[in-house]
Amino acid sequence: MDDVERAFRDGHGQAVATLTRLFGDLTLAEDAVQEAFATATARWPRDGVPEHPAGWIVTTARNRAIDVLRRDRRGRELAEQAAAERLRLEPGAVPEATPLPDDQLRLIFTCCHPALRVEQQVALTLRLVAGLTPGEVAAAFLVSEDTMAKRLVRAKYRIRAAKIPYRVPDAADLPGRLRAVLSVLYLIYNTGADDHARRDLRAEAVWLTRLLANLVPDEPEVTGLLALMLLNEARIPARGEQGQVVLLMNQDRSLWDHSLIAEGQALVLASMRRRQLGPFLLQAAIQALHCAAPSHEETDWAAIMRFYDRLLAVMPTPVVAMNRAIAVAETDGPEAGLVLLDQLADDLDRYHLLHASRGAMLERLGRPDEAAAAYERAATLARTDADVSFLAQRHRELTAAAERAHGAYEESASPGAVKPSKKRRACSSAG
Amino acid sequence: MNQYLLSVYEVAGDVAGAPSTPEEMAAFMGRIIALEEEMDRAGAFAFGGALDGPEAATVVRGGTGLDKVTTDGPFVEAKEHIGGFYILNAENLDEALAWAAKVVEATNHDIEVRPFRATGRVAADAGH
Repeated sequence: MDDVERAFRDGHGQAVATLTRLFGDLTLAEDAVQEAFATATARWPRDGVPEHPAGWIVTTARNRAIDVLRRDRRGRELAEQAAAERLRLEPGAVPEATPLPDDQLRLIFTCCHPALRVEQQVALTLRLVAGLTPGEVAAAFLVSEDTMAKRLVRAKYRIRAAKIPYRVPDAADLPGRLRAVLSVLYLIYNTGADDHARRDLRAEAVWLTRLLANLVPDEPEVTGLLALMLLNEARIPARGEQGQVVLLMNQDRSLWDHSLIAEGQALVLASMRRRQLGPFLLQAAIQALHCAAPSHEETDWAAIMRFYDRLLAVMPTPVVAMNRAIAVAETDGPEAGLVLLDQLADDLDRYHLLHASRGAMLERLGRPDEAAAAYERAATLARTDADVSFLAQRHRELTAAAERAHGAYEESASPGAVKPSKKRRACSSAG
Repeated sequence: MNQYLLSVYEVAGDVAGAPSTPEEMAAFMGRIIALEEEMDRAGAFAFGGALDGPEAATVVRGGTGLDKVTTDGPFVEAKEHIGGFYILNAENLDEALAWAAKVVEATNHDIEVRPFRATGRVAADAGH
């Protein structure tokens, strides 16, 4: 993305947000902003970039919207409706195009309203707040441009028909509504995390979360999500090329991005004084501890365990319990971890990481037969090619180890000949 | 001001939490009356009430002359049916959803919230 493009992108959400406040109509705002950008693309290279590009865009878009309202039949209806509802547009009056700090926040909450489907929330947020084109949003979610365009139209229709308000939720609703926004942002990030080809989505998610953190600086969960993303982002260079899996314990830590780690850790520390820590901040704290360890062996597992205990208390899901069990294997040994994992077998039977983690613990306990079976099951459940090939490779290695063990057993008739493999591996959540 | 239909959905047969004793029924009615008074005070209550069961429903189908058919039974045979409804005035969806949450709490039934696109009265006032 070049500078002009980024400047466009940065200005897009602000401009749509301000226009929506002025005219009370998302579609009108979106179209007017798009035309303002088109005008800028044509004019700026010739006439030079104006002193305040963002202000120029908003003013141009506002003028365009007023033209549309005056000419268009639907626009006249809208204007009547707007006047009837005592919106700011009075006949003949020109709305002030001054952006307000809350404009973008209003837009974010509207895009992520719980009355919209999650896929609509994601699409609207990327289109309107992050300023991706409908084609870019379509490509990110592997659907046709036509499908995405319809999804956006339906979402905007729903906002208008149901009168989803354009406002920052009041104090009573805010925590729940903020959680909805954060889960949309995390979903966008993780969609980019699963697939190298879609890594731009991670950058969009980080950009959106930074924006939100600036708009609501006192919300620790927003800070927590930003920190979680940054700490994860920092370790991506050590995870190998597309198609490879390099587990956390085997990563070359010199490849980690230490400036991102420093920023993520500082965010975590700044929010740690709160009495009630939410799930994103607790997850970020755990990742901050992983990032602070100079090597796998020097990881502060006791501190990580304490955070997992707190995380499980606020987010008692089987996946959190599984990640805690993996940490238990480090503090109390693989046997203790395995007991906890086996308690989750019903809930997580279809989750490949449960079986991969069982495989790792069984391997450390010197039970290669069972470890091989666990890796085999994990490989059949894994969703990405990289995970499948990694887990299948582990299955082959453990099968070979089991055969050697049986050979040794037959030769020496001594079960003591079976030794745990030298290179311990754990399928850590942070892999 | 906008209007929303809040449909109170009931499930045929035994429903967990439904009032079964006279005391529970009295408490249930007390909650409904208090809620409707709150709606009145807020200027939100336009209309509402409890419906007789689907077995009391009649369906009229379109057509002319002999094609015009009246049959008994609900339009859609389903386990779930509308047991009652409110039509509420609300500024926006969030206000309507806040009322819906209170109706769920008072009735222990699920609620569907739908915006009115237009009402007869609004259309007549606008001169259409």
